[in-house]
Amino acid sequence: MRPVFRKLSAMLSVTLLLILTGCSNEKYLVLDPKGPIASAQKDLILITVAICTAIAIPVFIITAVIVWRYRERPNSKASYKPNWEHSTKLELTWWGIPIIAIIILAIVTVNYTYKLEPSTAIQSDKEPIEIQVTSLDWKWLFTYPEQGVATINYVQMPVDTPVRFKLTSDMAMNSFWIPSLGGQLYTMSGMAMTLHLLADEEGSYYGSGANFTGEHFAQMTFTANVTSQEEFDAWVKDVKSTEAALTEEDVVKLKEKGTHEVAQFSSFPDNVFYDIMMQYVEEGEKGAHAHHVTTSEDAEASEHQHH
Amino acid sequence: MSQANAHSHDHGHHDQESLKQFGFWLFMITDVILFATLFATFVVLRGNTASGPIGAELIEMNGIIVSTFILLTSSFTSGLALLSMNKGDKKGLILWLAVSALLGLSFIYLEVNEFIHLVHEGANIGTSAYWSAFFTLVGTHGLHVSIGIVWMTAIIFQIARRGITPVTKRKVNIISLYWHFLDAVWIFVFSIVYLMEVM
Amino acid sequence: MFETIKEFASEFFVTGDPMILGAQVSIALAMVAIVFVLTYFKKWRWLWSEWLTSVDHKKIGIMYIICSILMLFRGGVDALLMRVQLAAPELEFLHADHYNQIFTTHGVIMILFMAMPLMFGLFNIIVPLQIGARDVAFPFLNSFSFWMFFAGAMLFNLSFVIGGSPDAGWLAYPPLSELTGSPGVGQDFYIWGIQISGVGSLASGINFVVTILKMRAPGMKLMKMPMFSWSVLASSVTIMFAFPILTVTLFLLFLDRYVGAHFFTVDAGGNPMMYLNLIWMWGHPEVYIVVLPAFGIFSEVVATFSKKKIFGYKSMVFALMSISFFSFFTWAHHFFTMGSGANVNAFFAVTTMIIAIPTGVKVFNWLFTMYRGKLSFPTPMMWAVAFIPCFVVGGMTGVMLSVAPADFQFHNSYFLIAHFHQVLIGGVVFGYFAGLYYWWPKMFGFKLHEGLGKWAFWFWNIGFYVCFMPQYALGLMGMTRRFNEYNFDMGWQPLNVVSTIGAFLMGIAFIFQVWQIAHSIRFMKKENTGDNWGQGRTLEWSIPSPAPFYNFARTPKVVAQDDWWEKQQRRERGEADPAEVIAADNAPLEPIHMPKNSGIPIIMSGFWFIAGFGFVWDWTWMVVLGLVGVAVSMLARSFNYNDDYYVQADEIERIEAAAARGAN
Repeated sequence: MRPVFRKLSAMLSVTLLLILTGCSNEKYLVLDPKGPIASAQKDLILITVAICTAIAIPVFIITAVIVWRYRERPNSKASYKPNWEHSTKLELTWWGIPIIAIIILAIVTVNYTYKLEPSTAIQSDKEPIEIQVTSLDWKWLFTYPEQGVATINYVQMPVDTPVRFKLTSDMAMNSFWIPSLGGQLYTMSGMAMTLHLLADEEGSYYGSGANFTGEHFAQMTFTANVTSQEEFDAWVKDVKSTEAALTEEDVVKLKEKGTHEVAQFSSFPDNVFYDIMMQYVEEGEKGAHAHHVTTSEDAEASEHQHH
Repeated sequence: MSQANAHSHDHGHHDQESLKQFGFWLFMITDVILFATLFATFVVLRGNTASGPIGAELIEMNGIIVSTFILLTSSFTSGLALLSMNKGDKKGLILWLAVSALLGLSFIYLEVNEFIHLVHEGANIGTSAYWSAFFTLVGTHGLHVSIGIVWMTAIIFQIARRGITPVTKRKVNIISLYWHFLDAVWIFVFSIVYLMEVM
Repeated sequence: MFETIKEFASEFFVTGDPMILGAQVSIALAMVAIVFVLTYFKKWRWLWSEWLTSVDHKKIGIMYIICSILMLFRGGVDALLMRVQLAAPELEFLHADHYNQIFTTHGVIMILFMAMPLMFGLFNIIVPLQIGARDVAFPFLNSFSFWMFFAGAMLFNLSFVIGGSPDAGWLAYPPLSELTGSPGVGQDFYIWGIQISGVGSLASGINFVVTILKMRAPGMKLMKMPMFSWSVLASSVTIMFAFPILTVTLFLLFLDRYVGAHFFTVDAGGNPMMYLNLIWMWGHPEVYIVVLPAFGIFSEVVATFSKKKIFGYKSMVFALMSISFFSFFTWAHHFFTMGSGANVNAFFAVTTMIIAIPTGVKVFNWLFTMYRGKLSFPTPMMWAVAFIPCFVVGGMTGVMLSVAPADFQFHNSYFLIAHFHQVLIGGVVFGYFAGLYYWWPKMFGFKLHEGLGKWAFWFWNIGFYVCFMPQYALGLMGMTRRFNEYNFDMGWQPLNVVSTIGAFLMGIAFIFQVWQIAHSIRFMKKENTGDNWGQGRTLEWSIPSPAPFYNFARTPKVVAQDDWWEKQQRRERGEADPAEVIAADNAPLEPIHMPKNSGIPIIMSGFWFIAGFGFVWDWTWMVVLGLVGVAVSMLARSFNYNDDYYVQADEIERIEAAAARGAN
């Protein structure tokens, strides 16, 4: 009766508020995708919400009706059957409803799981570019092997071009997440994870280290700046001509615990990504990375860079 | 009244003893999970020798076979202890329990020696993930055996003092269950840790 | 000399922060006050012989509940501090390291030292009464379990004033939790606090499985057993299979830190990903361990206050057991983003969704228990009814998280935080509150004040939605969990403020509950009638409240599923009981076999505490002292044959007569 109604109305109004603000507000990064991956993930989220709501709303209504109708009161006309405890038909119904809903959802999910597997390359007429991402305590190092430049807490990428992010970590496990472009993936020492993303709209997007790595992990946010190919090329040129190089000594300093300003470098030490990745793995050893599923191109790249 | 009292007294104890035995079976299930987790860890890490020594280079199979034989024998003698107990033979029971404990002790002696040997050869728990898993798995089994020895000794004293009663009977049943269980675990240690390593 | 002492003290005690200093002072004052009161009123002996050494399941249960309420306070204060820090962007209320400690201890305390003991408290008090037993199967072990929990909880909480709290998250992922990432002793307090109390939990799991399987009253077939006892069985079996994994996992992490092993390190072949797998192979079932008994409580409460049999009893039992089974096959959904590949993710996504099926069925069965019932709404029922929509939403967002590719966007965000708080508060906390209010008169012989209870209920409920609904939105805005601060330009502030207000509403609700308990102790009427709600269904309502220490003067004979209710119905209809019931009810009183109190459990746990403290500080002498003490205690127990006694029939008669007088 009263308790339930008040509860329900409180809950519904809050949810409604969320939905309303959600539709009108670009602050909901996950629901405002700027690339095909995030967009597919948003679709999937909406499908799940739809399936769930289709079950939840009737349940709320049934709850409210039952609680209201069967409340104990003088002269209640509602029937009272204290020993009515079983009905095969009804029970089959509500074993059936969730089973069907879950089967539908499972099919959709499995389908999308393969489609959105982060190591799968994105279909595009353009060649993907590679950006190597290293999480350190507490800053992000981005190295661009094809362009030869490096950035800290800032990543520059061309629009409509698939980007193959290679992820590793200096020590603690972090998670690389640009909500506007797509879901996150862990960064771990001793292995290179592959995350394919694509931005189909120019802009500056928020990125963060989503997995806790200690004291100042909240400072590990970064900006992903998506520009046209021309601007991207101009940016590379500019960085190459105006910025200093990232030296081996700088890398040693980067590995120390601490935060870092946004920075750009005209070059970086050869293999810095693979050196950091493999620093704890001994030569020829079958370390943790050997257990990790790597794509053939991973192995090639690793082979190429490492030797 | 006193008769009824005595009757219900026995009844109460009888219930208690069978409950404890059942409880111990459940405890062994949890111990199986514990060892299963350690085995899983070992299997995952067995390749991760980090360019340090590998097991096959250092393990001395002869010693292991001897200790396996000793532990299997002690399982057999603890079975003989049960037989004596069921015949009401207190002396035999104590004798066979003592033999089992002593065999257990020699097993531990050999294991400690093996560990010392390995450490001398340059493989300790911090050498690599492989050796961490090796020492932990084998050592946990060894720790179980050691606890069993102390426990068995305590039970021997209790039998010497109190004879074969429902309570001591239950205790012997449980320790022998535990002892067989450790034997079974050792068979897995032997095959997965040692045999598969040297083969 | 003085310098060395000073240096040691500054490392040993947590110093420097005025807030911590204040807490230290108040803890010290509280302890002095307790000691003073106990000494002044000469209560030490009473405390020792009546409570600390007690093996009575009801007293142990009450001690569990007292501890868990204290821990709820500690964990709640942690939560409020976090919410204050997050109420505004770039706030400097808490330093980053302090914040990290607080969210770590909040998580550990709420799950392991609040939810678990509250659960065990209810297990202890209710299960033996509900199945018609005199005590649990192993009363001594039961006392040991409690004291191990207590020692572990104290060791963990001690880190607040000595050495520093852990700060690597409630599940302490390596390599962050390794010596390289967390060199302080906080992480060692974490390991040993949880390890020691975990042993107690494991023993309790075994204890209750044996109790339920072997000690039911004659005639109580498994399929006539009350739903709460079924849920305890499901939960206890899950404990048996899950907790050994936790023991091993923490032990391996300990070896990494203590002797330099390489299980989860990044170098020398260690594999941190294995820790994630192992900890969640325990961690996921753990969630079901705490929620299944809540399901059981709802089944009891809903049936009682609908004056109707639980609907679909067999379905309910099957659902409980299948949830317990499937809970072991879903662990990898906690790290879909670890790059395990599409096959693994698809498998674990589907197994996770499967759990939604039996859970959904249970919701329908509760609803149809109310259908065609006669519903009344005292506080326990209010919690049960509030639970349904809350848990449905929590379950739905859980299904959303189980969709692996979508989880890449939810993972580690406030969406996840909102989800698990919704199932843990909406499911577990609401459930245990319902149970606490429902069985309170059975524990103490008086009800809790309804009016204050309703205030608490509304503050909890409104506070809950105000606090956590915005967090779903914040998650979709990209707000990451465990951030101690955020920038102005993210636009996260408004919802964070709302969320903080909600947290404080729940804080007010807690104050109402404390007030309610205090008020009720003072003013509520004692009512020794066994059936305090007047419509109890199961055996615990057939005996006086609070139950005499031997529980049942005569072993009851059970003939029906809701045996006590059916008996009342027969009485109302003027029917005679079946002959076997009459025989059992009128059997002459027989002496009752009872376990003797024992000081060994508390002493042995004290030695575990000493050993744990020694491990934390790497003081070998202390470790040896502790472990030798443990061994000696165990031997003392083994050699002690004088551990039981008989309550004579005339004493039982006297106690029963007194209870009957009180009832009239």
